[in-house]
Parts: sequence; structure tokens; C-alpha cells
Amino acid sequence: MSRRASAALAVIALLAALIALLGYGVMSSQPDRAVDDALAAGERQPAPSLTLPPLRGDGSGSLSDYHGEVVVLNYWASWCEPCREESPLLQRWHRRIAPRGGTVLGIDTRDVTSDAEAFIREFGLTYPVLRDRDGRTQSKFGVVGYPETIVLDRRGRIAALRRGPVDEEFLRRTVPPLLEERS
Amino acid sequence: MSRLLATGLASAIIASLVVATAAWASCPKATLADIEDEVMCPVCGVPLGLAEAPQAERERAFIRGMIDRCRSKQEIKRALAAELGPSVLALPEDEGFNVAAYLVPALAILGLALGLVTRQRERRRSGSDHPALGDTPPLDPADLARVDAELESRKR
Repeated sequence: MSRRASAALAVIALLAALIALLGYGVMSSQPDRAVDDALAAGERQPAPSLTLPPLRGDGSGSLSDYHGEVVVLNYWASWCEPCREESPLLQRWHRRIAPRGGTVLGIDTRDVTSDAEAFIREFGLTYPVLRDRDGRTQSKFGVVGYPETIVLDRRGRIAALRRGPVDEEFLRRTVPPLLEERS
Repeated sequence: MSRLLATGLASAIIASLVVATAAWASCPKATLADIEDEVMCPVCGVPLGLAEAPQAERERAFIRGMIDRCRSKQEIKRALAAELGPSVLALPEDEGFNVAAYLVPALAILGLALGLVTRQRERRRSGSDHPALGDTPPLDPADLARVDAELESRKR
């Protein structure tokens, strides 16, 4: 093979590698819809592990801390308008389900701490809130927007999902049946 | 008594003015426009200067608050990274696919450098294949005569 032909081959290989890299980048930036697909098929997948610092105080909180409880996992941010609208509803539901072995667990994400704290004060939220400052845990649940809510059964499996703000109807339909289940 | 009070009040005002002036002079005077170009709006995925989203507004408010508290640009950027993660610093992450942002340019520069070195070597090698002018063998006498005749005919 002549020197010129091998140089051309090297350039083509380099271009192909760059195109493959670009393709991989585009594919990997697509949101993961595995949870949605499993739920559509009627399956409950085990929730991925999640450990984050609390919004207030030291230490860390984990999903495994709530094993045996029904968890309404809510991704929110103080700057997100729909989050403001659903917060009073989530707080009401937290009060409603807490005595029956359920909890709302907030994940404040991509938010300024003082803004998030002001939000909690404004809406009088009493449920636990963890802080995911740069949204690293979002991809585990395929979260791409705010708010999004994932409901876990007592065995820590994903039983329901709402991409967008929750409403009374969604919570009524999903949470009470899970509270009836045994762990 | 009232003169004493007035003197004391004036002294207090002057002292506070001196302190305020000194504090103002030592303030690093970072500007929002300067910082906006160097940080991202993480939700929008664009530099903060181009972002219009609600999160961008909160981020700007946070920066303004720190500017008002006389924080330097570096301090503000550090505080932003502590609040929103290192991805806010308009630098690609150094893990996962984003490593390509560092690797591809580095490899391209390396490839270019290797190409240049190889080409330079080839040039040198091909240059050494040709004999130097001093090493040129003398012309054949018949050729020399022919060249002379040619030149002579052109003169005419």
C-alpha cells in the first residue's frame, strides 16, 4: 500500500471514530426510559440506591432508611413554578400517610440552599428533604424535568411514576393501595 | 453639653464614613456580566449570560447577593460550585463520556505533532538522497561542448 493511501485510510478511520464518538454522545444524552417501560409492562423494578445529604443538617439520608414504608419520592426545586403548585398537596398527603407507614421524601435539586429553605418555610413542609445539588441521582430514575414523582412500595420497588406535577387523583389512585400491601 | 454631643456625633459620622470608604476601596468589585460568561445555567445547559430560565434568574440573584457582600469573582465561583456542583463552572466534567472533551483535543494535538515530526523526518531523509552541489560529478566533455555551442548560438 502506498504511503498516500495509508494516510487517506488513517484520516478516514479518524473521521469514523469521531462520528462514532458523536453518535455515542447523542445516544447517551437521551433520557433513560427503563422505569417507564417496566411500569407500562406492569412490572415493579427495585429502586436504585440513593444516598444524599439532607437539605438541613449533617449526615446523609438514603432510600434504604425508608425500607418497609411507602415512599413518595419527589424531585423539586424552589425556582420551579409547578413545584410550588404541588407542594401543599404533597404536604397534605405526607400528614395523611405518615401514621400509616408512608412518607413523602423530597429531593431538592439544582437549587440554592437558602432558596430551598425559604421554600420549605413558605409551604410549611415537614417531610424529609435531601439535597442533590447537581442532579446526579436524576438519571437513575430517568428524571429530566421538574417536578417528577416516583412512588415506591414497601419493598423498595418502583410502583408508580408521574413525570410532571402530581395531583390528588394520581395520589389517590397510587398511594392508598400500596399502604394496604405488606412489606 | 450640646456642643459636646454635636462634636461626638460628628466624630462618629466621620469615623463611619472613613470605615465605609475603606471597606468600599477593598471591595473586589466583581460584576455580574463578568461572572455570567464563565458559569453555566446547569438546567438550561448554556452559559448563564444566555439563559432566561427561572433557575438562571435565581442563580443571578445569588451572584448579585455575593457581589453586594464584596465577594471576589473566584469566591463567587467557588460558592456557586458548592451550591450547584462543579458542572456550573462552564468546564466539561472529567468523567464518563465528557472525558472526550479533554481527550479529543489532546489526541488531535498529539496526532498533529506526530504527523509534523514524521513529515519533517521524511523531508530530511529525501533531502539526503540528493547529492549536495559540491558532490556533483563533472560534466562529460562532449556534453560541456554541446552546452557551450548552445549558449553560443543563443548569443547570436
